[in-house]
Amino acid sequence: MLKGKIHSIETFGTVDGPGIRFVVFFQGCPMRCLYCHNPDTWEISDAKLELTAEEVLERMTRNLPFYKSGGITATGGEPLMQIDFLIELFSLAKQNGIHTCLDTSGIFFTEGMRAKIDTLLELTDLVMLDIKHMDNASHRALTGHENVFPLAFARYLNEKKIPMRIRYVLLPGYTDSSECLLALGEFLRGMENLEKVEVLPYHLLGRVKYEKLGLPYALDGIEAATEGEANRALEIIQSKMK
Amino acid sequence: MREEWKGFKEGRWVHEINVRSFIHKNYTAYYGDDSFLEGPTEDTLELWGQVSELMKEEIAAGGALDMDTKVISTITSHPAGYINKEKEKIVGLQTEKPLKRALMPAGGIRMAVKACRDNGYEVDPEVIEYFTTHRKTHNAGVFDAYTPEMRKCRSNHIITGLPDAYGRGRIIGDYRRVALYGVDRLIEDKQFQKDTTVSTMSLEVIREREELSEQIRALEMLKELANIYGCDISKPATTLREATQALYFAYLAAVKEQNGAAMSLGRTSTFLDVYAERDLKAGIITEKEVQEIIDQFVMKLRMVRFARTPDYNQIFAGDPTWVTESIGGLDTDGKPLVTKMSFRYLNTLNNIGAAPEPNLTVLWSEHLPENFKRFCAKVSIEHHAVQYENDDLMRPVHGDDYAIACCVSSMRVGKEMQFFGARANLAKCLLYAINGGVDEISGQQVGPEYRAVSGDYLDYDDVMKKYRDMMRWLARVYVNALNIIHYMHDKYSYERLQMALHDRDVKRWFATGIAGLSVVADSLSAIKYAKVKVERNEAGIVTDYKVEGDFPKFGNDDDRVDSIAKEVLHTFISYLRENAAYRDGEITTSILTITSNVTYGKNTGSTPDGRKAGEPFAPGANPMHGRDENGAVASLASVSKLPFTDSQDGISNTFTVVPSALGKNEEERENNLVTLLDGYTAKRGFHLNVNVFDKELLLDAQRHPELYPQLTIRVSGYAVNFIKLTKAQQDEVISRTFHSAL
Repeated sequence: MLKGKIHSIETFGTVDGPGIRFVVFFQGCPMRCLYCHNPDTWEISDAKLELTAEEVLERMTRNLPFYKSGGITATGGEPLMQIDFLIELFSLAKQNGIHTCLDTSGIFFTEGMRAKIDTLLELTDLVMLDIKHMDNASHRALTGHENVFPLAFARYLNEKKIPMRIRYVLLPGYTDSSECLLALGEFLRGMENLEKVEVLPYHLLGRVKYEKLGLPYALDGIEAATEGEANRALEIIQSKMK
Repeated sequence: MREEWKGFKEGRWVHEINVRSFIHKNYTAYYGDDSFLEGPTEDTLELWGQVSELMKEEIAAGGALDMDTKVISTITSHPAGYINKEKEKIVGLQTEKPLKRALMPAGGIRMAVKACRDNGYEVDPEVIEYFTTHRKTHNAGVFDAYTPEMRKCRSNHIITGLPDAYGRGRIIGDYRRVALYGVDRLIEDKQFQKDTTVSTMSLEVIREREELSEQIRALEMLKELANIYGCDISKPATTLREATQALYFAYLAAVKEQNGAAMSLGRTSTFLDVYAERDLKAGIITEKEVQEIIDQFVMKLRMVRFARTPDYNQIFAGDPTWVTESIGGLDTDGKPLVTKMSFRYLNTLNNIGAAPEPNLTVLWSEHLPENFKRFCAKVSIEHHAVQYENDDLMRPVHGDDYAIACCVSSMRVGKEMQFFGARANLAKCLLYAINGGVDEISGQQVGPEYRAVSGDYLDYDDVMKKYRDMMRWLARVYVNALNIIHYMHDKYSYERLQMALHDRDVKRWFATGIAGLSVVADSLSAIKYAKVKVERNEAGIVTDYKVEGDFPKFGNDDDRVDSIAKEVLHTFISYLRENAAYRDGEITTSILTITSNVTYGKNTGSTPDGRKAGEPFAPGANPMHGRDENGAVASLASVSKLPFTDSQDGISNTFTVVPSALGKNEEERENNLVTLLDGYTAKRGFHLNVNVFDKELLLDAQRHPELYPQLTIRVSGYAVNFIKLTKAQQDEVISRTFHSAL
C-alpha cells in the first residue's frame, strides 16, 4: 500500500466540516499563500508521519463513536498533491460508512488530473473549496498561482452536484475590497451545490511558525481582521448571490 | 395507605423502607425541552444578594467569616439561624449564623484547634481539655495504633491525604427517607432491627447494637432539630415544600455533626419531582414556586461550611464540601430517570449563577433524552460547573438508585457506604523502586531496603521488577493504615445520623486512591522507548534523569504507553486486594487527585519522564500537561482505556476546551459536546469534567479577582471558585492542556 506523507492528525476537529472530525493534515502544497498559517506543511519532504491509508483510518475507526455525526477531513497542505493516497483513504472511509470531506484549493484541477479527480469525487461527500481571490492577477500575487483551476473546479463540482462549501480568507488590503467580494458573490450565484460560504478573518497566529522555519513573513504590519469585518464581508458576498 | 401519601401509587415502598420502589412507581419521565423553566423570584434574588455579600466578606476575612469556639456541634446544639427569615422558603443553618463554622472536635481536637487558630480564633480551653484528657478523638486513636512505618510513609508523602485527623466523609445518608416516611417510622424500623439482632454477644453483635442505639438517638435529635425551626418531620411530608425541607433537615443534621471530607447529598431530584408533580396537579403550586423552593434549597447547600486549616486547603483547594448531587441516568429497564426536576436543579446555575456547590453530577448515557442532553451541554458551556459520569458503567454494578459521593465514588443510596482514604503516590513509589526504598527528597529509608538500580542507564525490565516489589509493599502499608483509620473513626466519630438512613445490612466499599498515573506511564515509556540516564547526588541517591530520544506519551491514543498505564493500575489494585480490609470492605481504587496533584508534585523528586522535581502532576487520570498532541479524542481515548473494573471508585478526567474549538456557534458547540460525551461514554470512559473557556479568562480572573466572584471551573472531580485557589494552583490550572484549534 501507498504511504501518505502526513503532517499531523487532529482527532477533535470541529471547524473543518460538520460535526466532530478526524482531520488529516497532508504534507506538501504548491501554493505559497501570503497568509498561510501552516507554512510547515509546504515542503512534502518535511513529513513527520508516513502512514498507509489503513493505518490512518484505523486511528480513526477505533474511536468511531466520537465521529457519529462528523467524519474524516483531508486538509493540509494540499491533499490533492497526494491524490492516489487520498483515493485509497477515502475509499476505505466510504467502505466504513464514514462521511468524507476534502478541503482543497482546487489548484490541481488540470486536464491530466481529471480522471483521478472524478474517481475521488465519487468518494467525497463534501468539498470545502478555498477561493483565494477572484481577480487573476491578485490571485497570482497572493498565492503564486492563477485562479483558473480553482474557479473551474467550483463550476465542475456544481455540475457534478457535489456539495460544496466555499472558504474565503479576509485579508485587509488584499481581499477585502467590495469589488472582489461582489465578484465572488456573482461567481457563486446560482450554484446549486453550494451549502455555505465562510469568511475567515485573517489572524496572526501562524506568524511564529515563519520565524521558527526561518521564512520571511510578507504581511508584517497588517492587522488581523475582526469577526465583525468578516460578517460584513459575508453580507456583501451574499448580496450578490440572491 | 397513609393520608400523606394520597395520590401516590402503592408499591413495596408502602410496606418497607424502599425509596427506589416509591420513585419507580411514581415518577414522570420528562422528554421535553427547557422552555418550561422559570427564572428566580424576587425573594430568591434578594436572599442570594445577601448571601453573596456574606461570601464576599468571608473572602475578605481570609476565608472564615466566623467560627464557633465553644459549642460542640451536634444535631441540636444551636438555636435556629436564618439569612432573612421572612424570605426563606427552606430554613436551617449549621449554626445560629450564616457561614459561621461549627466546632466538631470528634475527628481530632488538634485539627479543630489548628483550624481555629490559623483563622484567628481560639478554641475554649475547657473544650480542649475535655477532648484531650477526658474524651479521646479519632485522631488520637489512629496515632496510638499507627506503626512507625506508616508514620514515615505519611511524613514522606508517599501516602497523602489520610483522613486521620478529621472526618472521613463519603457516606451518603438516604435523606429522602425522612421526607417520605417521617422520622417516627424510621425509628420504628431501627428499633425493630435492634430488637432482632443475633442473640450471641460477639464483637460484631455488640457493635451492631451500640450503633443502632446511636442511630436511634440521632433520629430523635433530628426531630428536635426540625422542632427548633418550628417544623414537624415526625410524619411523612405532604407537599413539595415539606418534602424538600425534611430532606434538607436530614442533610443538615449530617453536616452539623460530621465535618467529613465529602458530605454528598445523593440522588434527590427525581424523588422530589414526584412531590412537585403531585402539587402541580392539585393546583396548589406554580412552576415559579417550585423553582423557588429548589433555588433556595440549593442556596442552602452552597452555604455549608467546615472549619479547615490552610494546610488542608493546600490539598483540597477552594473550601470544598462535595455536596454532590447525582442527576439523570436510566433505570434498569433503560427508561430515563430524567424529570423536570433534573432540569430545575441545573437551572439553579442560571437563576443564582455558577457555584462549585452543590457538585452537580450528570449520570450520562447515550440513551438519555436528547433534549436533556442538549440542556446539560448548554449549561456546561455557560457555567463550567457540571461533571459527567458514565451511567452505563455504573448501573450494572449499583443498579439505578446509586449516587456519587465526593467526586466519582458510586454507591447505592442507603444500601452501600464506603471507607475512603488518601492516595498512594505511585510516581514516588517508582522513585523508591529506583532508589531501594530511600526517599529522593528526605534521604530517609522509608520503604524496604531492596536493591537500588545500578549503572547509568535505566533498564525497563529491571525497573519494572523493582517497581512491582515496591508497589506490593506500598499497597500493604496503605491498606493497613486505612484499616486503623476506619476502625478508629467508627469508634470515636461514628456517623450515626447518616448510618441511621441506611439499611441494616450495608455493603462496604474500601476505597483507596492513586496519584501520578500519567507521570508513571510516561516515565516507564521513556525508559522503554528512549534512553534514560540517571544522575546521582553525593549520597548516591538518584535525584535526576536525562532522557535521550523521544518516547510515546500517555494521552495520544498510543497503545505502547497506554498499555503501560493499564498494567501499572492492574498490578497495584491486585496488590491492594491481597490485603484484608476492615469490616470486610471490598477494595477498590480511584484515579483522582482533586487539586492535590500540585502538592503531590511539590513533594516528589524529578521523574524519568523529564518532569522536574516539584512540578505538578496532571490531575486525576489526565495526561500530563501539553503532552497530548493529537487532539481531544486521542486524549480521551487514552484515558478511557483504563478499565473501570480495576478502578471502580472512579477515573477522573478533566477536559478543557476553548469555545472556538468546540464549534463555530452555540448550536454546534452544544451538539459537539453532546457527541463528545456520547462518544466518551460509548468508549467506556468513566468521568469527565467539562470546562469551556479561554485561557485569557483565567488570566484576567487572576489579575482582577474582584470581577469574578462566581467564576467556577471544574478541576478534578469537583468544581471550585477559581479565585479561591492558591496562586500555585491557579498557575497549574492555567498551564493545563486547553484543547484549541487554529
